[in-house]
Amino acid sequence: MSTERRRERIDRPIKAVTDDIFCLSSMREIAYLVIPRILPIVGLLLLGFLVPTYWRKVIVITFIMGMMALSWDFMASCGLTSLGQALFFAIGAYSSAAVNHYLGLPIYLSIPLGTLIGAIISTACIYPALGLRGIYFSMVTLIIPLMLMRVVETTGILGGTEGITGLTHFPGMFITTTISMAALWATFFGLRRLIDSDYGHIFVALKDNDRAVEASGLSIRWFKVQAIFIGSAICCFCGAFMTHYYMSVGMSAFAVDLSIFPIAASVVGGMGTLAGPLLGAIILGPLSEALRTFGSFRVVIYAALLGTFIVTLPEGLFPYLARKYQQIERWVEAPGGISED
Amino acid sequence: MEYLKIENLRKTFGGVVAVDNVSFDVEQGTLLGIIGPNGSGKTTTVNLITGFLKPDSGKVLFKGRDIAGLRASKITNLGIGRTFQMVKPFYRLPAFKNLVVPLFSPRVKRMGGHYGEKDTLALDILEDIGFERDSAVPYKPASILPHGYLKRLEMARVIALQSELIVFDELYSGLTLAEVASISPMIEKLIETGKTIIMVEHRLKELFKIAHKIVVLDQGKKIAEGSPREIMKQPSVKKAYLGVEL
Ligand SMILES: Nc1ncnc2c1ncn2[C@@H]1O[C@H](COP(=O)(O)OP(=O)(O)O)[C@@H](O)[C@H]1O
Ligand SMILES: [Mg+2]
Repeated sequence: MSTERRRERIDRPIKAVTDDIFCLSSMREIAYLVIPRILPIVGLLLLGFLVPTYWRKVIVITFIMGMMALSWDFMASCGLTSLGQALFFAIGAYSSAAVNHYLGLPIYLSIPLGTLIGAIISTACIYPALGLRGIYFSMVTLIIPLMLMRVVETTGILGGTEGITGLTHFPGMFITTTISMAALWATFFGLRRLIDSDYGHIFVALKDNDRAVEASGLSIRWFKVQAIFIGSAICCFCGAFMTHYYMSVGMSAFAVDLSIFPIAASVVGGMGTLAGPLLGAIILGPLSEALRTFGSFRVVIYAALLGTFIVTLPEGLFPYLARKYQQIERWVEAPGGISED
Repeated sequence: MEYLKIENLRKTFGGVVAVDNVSFDVEQGTLLGIIGPNGSGKTTTVNLITGFLKPDSGKVLFKGRDIAGLRASKITNLGIGRTFQMVKPFYRLPAFKNLVVPLFSPRVKRMGGHYGEKDTLALDILEDIGFERDSAVPYKPASILPHGYLKRLEMARVIALQSELIVFDELYSGLTLAEVASISPMIEKLIETGKTIIMVEHRLKELFKIAHKIVVLDQGKKIAEGSPREIMKQPSVKKAYLGVEL
């Protein structure tokens, strides 16, 4: 009779202690707790301020895309799987551009106003589709930006194909980087706090079982409106920010890439974790830029890398890393296992 | 004025008449049982009463007001709570956080009566319904709870909502005899505290012990109505329930 062996995962001894009891007895334990929290913040600071000028532009765009990914992940956690984050981005971009260009308001007003007005318009756009679920909802979010893009093109409103140019720019690269990084962290911690709060549990419940939410006396429509408003406000800020960053807005604000990137980042990083999509965006943003040297072959390499990644690590990078950090694997004898007689 | 009066309720799905001109009423503070073979329209009737479906025609008069076709959340807030035959927990939330969701409802705010932290309140309700407080069970995510606990969680939701009319859709299905034996007294207690209950049930023995009146559905139609004692004698019921011992 042979004994079977199986791999077992157990919590690291430190994790087992620190999870329940907060007695920080050694530097080692303090480090174990603190490092995963400090590292990302320090990492982004270095990334944002120490890289060469050219790459700083890439990093700012990456931060903004990180916010788009966070917004997507939040909405997906509420059961609202959007294929059209570009819609919200574009509405925010055009709103702030309009406020800046037609009303002549300064940048520190046009960005917040663009965000707010944009979120209201975005929510109104999606409102009729709120009764739809799953893929039906997704399809509508995919279609509306494509439709609005053609509306802008054919009617020539909001600058038509030319777009609106000559918008106010940010006072400098330092401020640009600071604002984008601050906004990214604010979004991340804000959303995480919301999801973990009792009120936020209603949003989680929305995805798990919307009928049970109705049976709990809460209107799913009203909570979906709130989720869309929060999610779209984040994207609208991104749009408003990028508009002023580029000093112009055009039909490219509706580009499908803007809808795809947040999904790719979330899948790579690990959906439904917030930290995952953030990590995914930080990887994919610069990666896509680095591949520029390959010219039009870039997309092929990008797609191949993405595909390989998803196949080898379907759970996503963040859950994988978290598991490796918190648990150890070891082989143990399983005496109760299958024995060969 | 009747407490709950169902008048000529009708609902079709394509060609299927799921509920066919069904009428009955429920007196306040009593327990009405709805029985019938599979596919006879019981769940559809529940959905029509609780706003999860709109009737093609007919009325649902709750304390004199026609509530047919109102939003489910609206009806819930009027005081009609329901459980689902297929349990519908919030899988990603711990058991006790499942109750925090209904505790946010306008009805709970209006009714008051609940004091203190939502978490404590949720744990209290779960304890009353058989979740051992000092165990890990109330803190486990609903996704890993056994079926018996999920059924209790369904029941806990209507208790959290302080619903005055409670509709249970096959609460006992999939439960062991011991579990049924522990839940039955809770239902009797609900009646004692003045609640009105509609119970859709296949476990006739247990139902007949606590029901005041029974409505029998077959192929969407009401084929009998009366006290449990009368229903047991009806030949038409026996026919619809061929093979089921009454
Ligand atoms: N959403 C639906 N769409 C189509 N047919 C349905 C739907 N719900 C129920 N039905 C049909 O209506 C009839 C009654 O179903 P139901 O009310 O679930 O019965 P019961 O709960 O008594 O088993 C069945 O024939 C069922 O197939
Ligand atoms: Mg049923």
